[in-house]
Amino acid sequence: MIEIKHISKSFNDRKILDNVSGVFKKGQTSLVIGASGTGKSVLLKCMLDLVRPEHGATLYDGRDFYIGEEEEKKTIRREMGVLFQGGALFDSQTVHQNVQFPLDMLTEMPESEKRDRVEFCLQRVGLEGTGNRMPSEISGGMKKRVGIARAIVMNPKYLFCDEPNSGLDPLTSIKIDELIKEITEEYSTTTVIITHDMNSVLSIGDYIMFLYKGKKVWEGNSQTILDTNVPELEEFVFSNKALMKMRGEKR
Amino acid sequence: MLSVVGRYLIFLGKLFTRRETFKVYWNRFLDECLNVGTSSIFIVAIVAVFIGAVTCVQTRANLVSPLVPVYIVSNIVRDMTLLELSSTFMCVVLAGKVGSNIAGELGTMKITEQIDALEVMGINSASYLVLPKLLASIFTFPLLAIISGFLGILGGYLAGTLTGIITPEDYIYGIRYSFIPFNVFIAIIKAFVFGFLISTISAFKGYYTSGGALEVGQASTSAVTNSCIAVLIADYLLAELLT
Repeated sequence: MIEIKHISKSFNDRKILDNVSGVFKKGQTSLVIGASGTGKSVLLKCMLDLVRPEHGATLYDGRDFYIGEEEEKKTIRREMGVLFQGGALFDSQTVHQNVQFPLDMLTEMPESEKRDRVEFCLQRVGLEGTGNRMPSEISGGMKKRVGIARAIVMNPKYLFCDEPNSGLDPLTSIKIDELIKEITEEYSTTTVIITHDMNSVLSIGDYIMFLYKGKKVWEGNSQTILDTNVPELEEFVFSNKALMKMRGEKR
Repeated sequence: MLSVVGRYLIFLGKLFTRRETFKVYWNRFLDECLNVGTSSIFIVAIVAVFIGAVTCVQTRANLVSPLVPVYIVSNIVRDMTLLELSSTFMCVVLAGKVGSNIAGELGTMKITEQIDALEVMGINSASYLVLPKLLASIFTFPLLAIISGFLGILGGYLAGTLTGIITPEDYIYGIRYSFIPFNVFIAIIKAFVFGFLISTISAFKGYYTSGGALEVGQASTSAVTNSCIAVLIADYLLAELLT
């Protein structure tokens, strides 16, 4: 379980996050949604301690990530898997080397075991046989899959995905969503996804937090989101006419 | 300006904290030696040979007095090559090649979140990425300076003897005449210091890039400009200290 408490962050006197709190539970896909520029990615960076908030705390199963000992922070980091928006694959390494990288750096595993683990992860994301290709030789969707394989190679307790569907066609987006959902349930990870894709919201949102101008204005799940009366969320969700129609039919 | 210097010093400190295992650095060091050193041999060789040749021809053209012996030409080529051209001039060229490469690589890694990916894994990205480049630079730059010095003097020999402005005997006599071995050491020290400056300044510029492709280009340009200025200032200070 990940708990964020009263996170606030400003850049050059501009408040990006204002007192954001929430709980992301184990085995659930939790989504942080909102329009562009509402602070979703900054919240993720605060949770990963890539950006340190001015106020607030992030607790990983009760362990404070900001004030803990260096060793404890290292342990928590090793329990994390992160899928970055563009995949963040290392250009100079093959797909196999990219996925194996955390094992090389953070474990003492024998080479054969590492190889098997990488093959397993690549197979899990449907990329068996692509290990020798370079990141520049694969498509955007495949890069995301490799990113997921790298994120899960260490058997993470916490999985973070920053806009996993951005730049992908609808079919690939659905496949990526399904994959993340399956992995969350299979490994019982605490998964946090940053997105503004309504298909993801409706299909995999076990818990949804809606941010508006840096503040949390709503939380719920994919069942309750269409019944919302929060004007900011209504504006965000029902900018999609199909969803508006769906709500009309529902009512 | 002071805050930039402060950030640069903090960045240098970061390279030596939370280090990875020796094996990790060793493998990356070897890769970087190839990247920084081996791939620069060609440009260094071309520059050194031609600079040596031009120095020889120009010096001979300006030494019109019959009172000055001809072997002084190669004597001047030797000292200029060892004291300035093989280290300073070569490093200004390398600031363009290696500096822009380092800044571009790190800048791209920064904007594509590859550096964040390392940090999230608990790896000190600055140390992991930059320390091997720094070590490779301070190791290979002096070697390149030695190669450059040799090829510069050879270039002068070829230009001088092939055009007939100096005989091979005079040239060899000149380069051996009143030779100070410490001058070779000066070239090596200079290359070592310049290697440190070019690699760290370029890495600093690349590592703190933010934005997009445009900013990566700007970081590369800035890395080359700042490295060249730092090399020239350091060159003057070392000249004062060592000669």
